[in-house]
Formats: sequence, structure tokens, C-alpha cells
Amino acid sequence: MSLLEIKNLHASVNGNEILRGVNLTVNPGEVHSIMGPNGSGKSTLAQVLARRENYEVTQGSVQLAGKDLLAMKPEEAACEGLFLAFQYPVEIPGISNAYFLRAALNALRKSRGEDELDAMDFLPLLKEKMRLLEMDEKFLNRPVNEGFSGGEKKRNEIVQMAVLEPRLAVLDETDSGLDIDALKVVAKGVNAMRSKDRAIVVVTHYQRLLNYIVPDYVHVLVNGRIVKSGGPELALELEAKGYSWTEAEPAAISR
Amino acid sequence: MPRLYGEGKDHVKKSAIIEAVAEGLTKPAVPLGYSTEFGDFSQRLSDQPAWLVALRREGYTQFGETGFPTTHDEDWRFTNVSAVAQTRFALPHGGAQPPSAADLDPLGVSQFACCLVFINGKFSQKFSRIPALPKGVKITSLAEAITAHPASVEGYLGRYLAFYRDAFAALNTAFIEDGAYVYVPRSTVVEQPIYVLYVSTPEANPTMNHPRNLFIVEENSQATFVEDYVSLPGCEKAALSNTVTELVAGESAVVSHYMIVRESEQTYNFSTLRIQQARSSNVASHSLLLSGALVRNNVHPVLAGEGAECLINGLFMANGRQHMDNYMLVEHASPHCGSRQFYNGILNGQAHGVFHGRIIVHKDAQKTDAKQTNRNLLLCDDAQIDTKPQLEIYADDVKCTHGATIGQVDENALFYLRSRGVDEVAAKHLLLQAFANECLDRMHPGQVRDHVEQLVARWLPETAKFVGERAALAHGEAGQAERAFEEVG
Repeated sequence: MSLLEIKNLHASVNGNEILRGVNLTVNPGEVHSIMGPNGSGKSTLAQVLARRENYEVTQGSVQLAGKDLLAMKPEEAACEGLFLAFQYPVEIPGISNAYFLRAALNALRKSRGEDELDAMDFLPLLKEKMRLLEMDEKFLNRPVNEGFSGGEKKRNEIVQMAVLEPRLAVLDETDSGLDIDALKVVAKGVNAMRSKDRAIVVVTHYQRLLNYIVPDYVHVLVNGRIVKSGGPELALELEAKGYSWTEAEPAAISR
Repeated sequence: MPRLYGEGKDHVKKSAIIEAVAEGLTKPAVPLGYSTEFGDFSQRLSDQPAWLVALRREGYTQFGETGFPTTHDEDWRFTNVSAVAQTRFALPHGGAQPPSAADLDPLGVSQFACCLVFINGKFSQKFSRIPALPKGVKITSLAEAITAHPASVEGYLGRYLAFYRDAFAALNTAFIEDGAYVYVPRSTVVEQPIYVLYVSTPEANPTMNHPRNLFIVEENSQATFVEDYVSLPGCEKAALSNTVTELVAGESAVVSHYMIVRESEQTYNFSTLRIQQARSSNVASHSLLLSGALVRNNVHPVLAGEGAECLINGLFMANGRQHMDNYMLVEHASPHCGSRQFYNGILNGQAHGVFHGRIIVHKDAQKTDAKQTNRNLLLCDDAQIDTKPQLEIYADDVKCTHGATIGQVDENALFYLRSRGVDEVAAKHLLLQAFANECLDRMHPGQVRDHVEQLVARWLPETAKFVGERAALAHGEAGQAERAFEEVG
């Protein structure tokens, strides 16, 4: 069974149709990249998958491991194994990073019928993941994302992903604004998460990240549709030629 | 040149009043019932020192002159006290069933080794605990201090309180009888927090209490005070808690003061914390308003000595029809002083919150650094907040900033939490907790903070009740409306 099956997905926000029939199938173990120009609907797709309420799905279906994702609340999707790394991670003053992540992990564990972890059990786990992302331990007790630099916020997203161990991770422009060193660290963290049971969808505007997270498939999203799909070489072609050439071509059926 | 609000007992006007009263020249119109109460009360305590009898009489006369405020009074614009004015409150006559130790257990204060307990306004030897204290430290009830330490009490009681402009402070002064008295001599550190617990038990009729606390911390000394106002279950009659605390911080003294209000929804709580700060003293006032019908929290520090600093930190949480009014009056009377005001409010149901942040910088208070921030979360459409900064600056080299925000629970943060698996109600509670934590984080880590954190955790679900259902309204199509304004003066 495929992990994610998107069929003819249409979605709009405030009456403007952003997604106009997206089709995409992702199997366990695969890494897909969705590329596209600004305003093509990449982030909308990511947000719809994470069940943001501001987006209205007008047509189509999305199955997550055989279950109707569109019927789920954001927290239910998370409990089913979906994770979205935010393009703009939210600052939450007053809650420490460690407390926040433990609350999240325990919510997931509870939904799976597992025991909740106390702080003593949780802390070593979190510290290990933070080391992987080369984050200083001082971030444990800092409020979630507050006062973090752009790069620290993005690394923090990947720390969360590493702790929560989703089945399907969607990374929404995790590379934007990162310098090359931070990009490598983030990529290392993501690559450490690759496994045969897990799929990762990398949404990005630029090809550079894909040098470090090499995808199995690349899709080009233009005007709310996937117009072209291929292997990693497609990303290089896009980098060389820009997006304009794809817009003229007829919509391709993604794999 | 503005009038110094910090002037109290020595103010000329008042001695004039005493004489006038003595000569029967003024006949103040004292509201309903209070004259009878005062007659009996002053009769009962007529053998006390003459200065105290005169002070009470002065308060009583002033109360008659001022009368209860109305919403036409600028300081009371958002708070209507007519329900208090129209209720006939009597002093407790000791007829109520005394509580048992088991009744006090759930209050969660047994871990405090130094605890003064007052039952319906009267000091309770039985429930109080006073440990061995550093040399010279005096912790006792005010009633006892009046006889045991008359010079100290006479020297400070009413000295700094400006009761001629506040009916409730005047009323409290009229009925001075008991409260907490603490004296910390020079260069002494009292490490144990000094916990003062005021317990109301069920009464058959509307009752009033006028606790009067006097805390004196001398030069280079350190102390922590907690005042906690609670009603035991079954308090269903209207009640009036009308407190005045005078806190004197000597040169370089370091003082923390906490006030917790968690009374019944029929209790009107008025309190005034008057802080007098000498040179380089450092005082932190933390207020935690959790419950009550109407709460008016006056905090009035006067930074009288150079280089004094104060932090005024508060959290108020209201639901139902509760009304919580915070009136801050920070007076900078000397150069190089700093003040920080931070108040956070969480309002649900039809609750009404008020934050009035007044800063007066006197002519000579150059290099003043004053900051004020009031942040509010409205959890539903019917909740209301009035926030009002008021800066009066008579010096020319100062830094004063103020800012206020009114908003709903942050939609983006809520989605962020939910996308990590935390369900909607839990996520909202977490965000409210985070908002409360901004205030809790300003308290020193330790026994008192742990206690306060537990209280907040226990009361948050009360405040947030119906959030799940009602928040949908607040987050409707209009989305998140946040108003913010900030000014630098």
C-alpha cells in the first residue's frame, strides 16, 4: 500500500483556487522533491496535507496509509504519522523547547497506546537528536523558536522530526535562507531519518538542497498542477533552465 | 509641580481634619451602616493608644468625605463599586464556625514554615507557625505589635499611605485592628518566605474585613512576603476584603512581595500595596489574581531614594462575570531609579479586566527608566479589557515606555502545536500556560514560585473553561485581530 496517495486535489483559499488537480503517490522508503516557482502552490499543498483549516479542499482525495487524510484534524494527522517541517516555524514564548517536544511526543505515544515518557527518560533522547543537528543544549530550555536565528529554527524543525519519527515527513522550504553549512547540517539530519518505512517529501524552490538530500523522484508544480516528473536529473535541468520552460509543457501524470 | 502622592500621615490637610472633627465642625455623610459599625468598633478599642484612636478617626472622617467612588472618578472609570456601596457589610462577630486543620489542608500552604494565619480577619495562634528567627526579626500580628512594639508601629502605620484620595484605604484605616507585622532589622536576611494567609469562613450575613499589614525591612536586609486571600468552600454571602499593606524598604534592602487572591465569587477584594523605597533598594511585587467577584489591586511604589528599582509583575485570570482591576501608580521621586511593570491578563466568559498603568516622574527624578507592558488574551467575544497608560513626566531627561496588546490565542501557534499531535484543547491550555509563564518566569525560583505555579496550573482550566466551544467565535472569519500600540516618551 502506498503511504500517500493524492488524487485530483483541488484546494482554494478565500475563494482563489491554488491547487488545480494534484496527483501524487509516495511509497514507504521514497524521497520525493516537489519543486516549483513562487506561488505555484507548493506551500499550499504542504499546509493542506498538515490539515491547516484556512484551506478549503473543493475536489479530490488524499489517503495517508489507506486512511482519509482530509477527514483528519491536524493533531489526528500527526498521530497517523504525518509531520510538517514549517517554512516559517512559529515562536511560542513561555514554553521551553524541551517541554513542548515532550508534550508532542507524549501525545503521539498516547494515541498509539504507549506509556508517556517522563522528563528523565525524554531528555537523553532529545539531547541525542540535538547533537545530530549540532544544536547547543542551551536550546533545550529556551522558549520554542523565540529569538532563534533562521537557521536555528530550521534545525529545530528537524530535531522535532527526529524525535517524533513520523512515517511521512513533509519539509516545506526547509532550505530557504540557510547558509551552506547549515544546509549540510539539516541535510545530514534528514538523511539520518531515511529508512525503508518512512517517506520524505521535500518541497523546495532551489535545487541546491537536493545535492545533499538526493531524492528518488522530482516533481515540478506549476499553477497548482504537477506538470513534470522525473529523477534527480530533472532538478539539475530546472536549475539550469529555470521554471519557464516547464509551464509550456502539457501536464504529465506523476508516477 | 505635582502634589507628592507619597505624603501620608504628616500631610497638613489631615491634622486640619482631625481638629475640625474634634470640634464637630464637619459632619461627614458616612454610607449606610458604617457609622454604627464604627461606633461599636471604636468603643470596643477605645482604650488603645491615643494616636491610633486618632488615626482611625481620621480614616473614618476621610471615608465620609470621599465616599465610595463612582465611574465619574477617573481612577474608577472602568470599575463600578455600586454593588459594594449598596451592601450592608458588618464586621465579623466571631459567630462563624471555626475551621479545622483539615479545612486548611487543601490550600496547599503547609510547606511554609513561617505562616501567619488569620481567620475572618483575626490572628489565629492555633494555625500560625513562626520558626526561630534571626536576631531582632519580629513577626507577629499587628494587634500584638501595637502593644509589644508601639514605637515602631506608631512610626510607620499610615505614614506613607495616601488615604485621603482613596475611600477604601480610608475605610481600612478607620477599621485598623489586626494584620501582619514584620520588622527586619539592619543587615539581616530572612530566608524563609513569610506567608500571611487570610481565610474567610462561611458567615450568615455579608461581612467585611480590613486587614492591615505593616512590613518594615531595614537597611541592607532581605525578606520575602506572601499575602494570600482565600475563602473556604460554602462562603456564599457577599463579603468585602479591604486590605492595606505598607511596605517600607530601607536603603539597599531587597524585598519580594507576592499577593494571591483566590476568594469566592461573592467576595469583593480591594487591596492597596503601598511601597516606600529608600536609596538603592530593590522591590519586586508579584500579584496573582485568580478569583473573586470584583478585585481591585492597587500597587503604589514610591521610588524615594536614588537608584531604587522596582518590578511590578502581575497575572490576572478571570471567567464568568468576574471583574479584575489593576491600578498601578509608580512614582519616581529621585534620580536614577528604574521601574518595570508587566501585567498579563487572561479573560474568558463575560469577565472584565482593567489595567491602569500610571507613572509619575517628579521634577528631580532625572535619568528615570520606566517601562510598562500590559498584554491581554481574550478567549471569547464577550470578555472585555480596558487598558490605560498614563504618563506624567515633570523631569526632562527620562526614558519612559509603555505598550499594550489585546489579542486572541495565536492561531499560528495553535496550528503549530496541533500539527505536532497535541489536541486542540490541550494546545490552547498549553498556550495559556505559556502566556502565564511570562509572568511566572519573573519570579525567583524557589518555594513561593513553585507554589504559585501550582496555583496557576490548578486555576487555568477554570479560566479556560468553554474555550474549546467559544474560541470558534473569536477565531471566526475576521481571523486573528490583534491591536497593539507602543509609544516611547
